[in-house]
Amino acid sequence: MRYSTALALAFSMLVGLPTASVAGSEDIVVEDAWSRASIGINRPGAAYMTLRNTGTDTVTLLGLETPLAMMPDIHETKTDANGVSSMGPVGEITIPAGESVALEPGGMHAMLMRLQTKMVEGETFPLTLTFADGGTLTVDVPILGIAARGPEG
Amino acid sequence: MSRRTLLTYGVAAISVVAFTLFIGWWRVDGPGAPEPAAQRPLPLTQMDFQMTDQGGATVGPASLLGNPSMVFFGFTYCPDVCPTTLSDISGWLDDLGDDVADMNVVFITVDPERDSVAAMAEYVSYFHPAIQGWSGTLEETERAAAGFRASYAKVATEGDDYTMNHTASVFLFDAEGQFASTIDYHEPREFAVPKIRRVLARAEEETS
Repeated sequence: MRYSTALALAFSMLVGLPTASVAGSEDIVVEDAWSRASIGINRPGAAYMTLRNTGTDTVTLLGLETPLAMMPDIHETKTDANGVSSMGPVGEITIPAGESVALEPGGMHAMLMRLQTKMVEGETFPLTLTFADGGTLTVDVPILGIAARGPEG
Repeated sequence: MSRRTLLTYGVAAISVVAFTLFIGWWRVDGPGAPEPAAQRPLPLTQMDFQMTDQGGATVGPASLLGNPSMVFFGFTYCPDVCPTTLSDISGWLDDLGDDVADMNVVFITVDPERDSVAAMAEYVSYFHPAIQGWSGTLEETERAAAGFRASYAKVATEGDDYTMNHTASVFLFDAEGQFASTIDYHEPREFAVPKIRRVLARAEEETS
């Protein structure tokens, strides 16, 4: 009896107490965030990560904000049949319940245009993700070397 | 049917066949043929362009003869594909170690307006020491890309900025300058490294 009461209480805490008006984005977990150091501030930077939706609702990522860059945006690299690569804004990203979306080299990336400061290896910068439900999530993105290939360097 | 009528029909029939054949030739092999989607690069010996390497030396396709070469196009204002390609190549070169000591590895910029010799020198210094960075005038860049059958285009982005679309494949040539193979962007290391080894093995056979 005591056990089931505790279980019911735990359940009500999980399900019955949603945060304010946010629906879904609090279930987003950001994993393996990383970026490359920049040469000065003239060239755009790029950051990568995996967005995992641990909840039961589809979550839509609308955009990015960071003090590091004036125009952060999610871009995607595409390579056509002739081997020509091009890059452009993606718009919204939908993350279905229980699934992950990877921002990784050669695919989608957080494009950091108009850098305000140089990206220095060993430092981190805050990147805020803005979701359609009004929720936001700020992650600290580690800055790795210019020649880094993944979150481990 | 008179002989004359028969002859007229015969000539007409032959004309139709000849015309059909001509149209076929025109559209398949003749001037009306579509450009092949992806052509092979020319041999280095048939290319003609002049650039400056990261050390300030004048270089061109002839500078690559005598050793196997790996050549690719990109630009240093490229946040994703180019650093990834340079990192991948650095990884392949690390894997191959001393075997690639004599290989020419050249990164040619498609954006010489921003990628000066100094910019290329700084950029390549962050990657494997074998990687050279070549830049040329706009005209020489066009000549180089034409030889490699590579394409590139300037694309405007928000805020008066621009980015470059470009061929992201890596081209392999043997020591005589003959095109050997292409490593496509993002080809896994399991495929890329053996391709490079094959070109190296061919170079060794030729010298021994």
